[in-house]
Amino acid sequence: MVFRYRNMRQPIYHLRDDLDRMLTGVFGPWAEGVLPGTGRGQPALNMWEQGDAVLVELEVPGLKADHFEISVVGNQLTLTVDRPELKQEGVTYHRRERPVGSFTRVLRLPVEVDANRVEAELRDGVLTITLPKAESAKPRKIAVTTA
Amino acid sequence: MENENAINKTSAVEAAAAEHTRCGQCYRPHVDILEQADELLVLADVPGASGDRIDVKFEDGTLTIHAQVEPRQKPDHEFLLQEYGVGDYWRTFRVSEAIDAGQITAGYADGVLTLRLPKAEAAKPRKIGVKTT
Repeated sequence: MVFRYRNMRQPIYHLRDDLDRMLTGVFGPWAEGVLPGTGRGQPALNMWEQGDAVLVELEVPGLKADHFEISVVGNQLTLTVDRPELKQEGVTYHRRERPVGSFTRVLRLPVEVDANRVEAELRDGVLTITLPKAESAKPRKIAVTTA
Repeated sequence: MENENAINKTSAVEAAAAEHTRCGQCYRPHVDILEQADELLVLADVPGASGDRIDVKFEDGTLTIHAQVEPRQKPDHEFLLQEYGVGDYWRTFRVSEAIDAGQITAGYADGVLTLRLPKAEAAKPRKIGVKTT
């Protein structure tokens, strides 16, 4: 997987964030059915700016629209993803790599967004959340008057 | 288990050669393999792949999954946060069970590839009745 850093942030802070995420799964409270060490922790996401909006994308294969809870307040995005376990009787697992369980992630966005106009689209296991920037966050050109 | 390791090594060697020609950056999808009474069920996480560009091959006991993914961003796209990359998925498996290759079915929905590999007649568990004399 590729990790890219924003110029302004030191790589060391990303290391700290990644370790925090990994260790929360081990020592912190975990969801029903997810043992420490199994599951991937929190869903990986990509975030970028596109014009007047911030886009957040997650890879969530096998999930339908009712497995998500997305809420936005100010510049904070809270995402809960619930991957149900495949209940199978009388089967032997040769490999079991796909993560299961419920994960919540709280993301601080770089700008304030307009919560009323947030959209989320799920296609082929990829969830794309479009968060339009709030009016107050858009840059405003200021004209210079000469007295 | 040891058998699997030995075989993984061969497929790893093959994979290295094949990946170079097949795709720029290939990712290894997470896979669940379940063995049921009369079939093997393979579930692979391949989000973002388009259904008509997934290649599944079963040859000589080796199952190969190659799912092509349309890149969703330009190659030099600036991310605020990037925790995963977008690229093709490629994985091979050595299947030791006798599989009826002609009856393999594959389905793709919501980013999950489901493969059903029915076992050949000879490999199915058969209850043997005991006659008491």
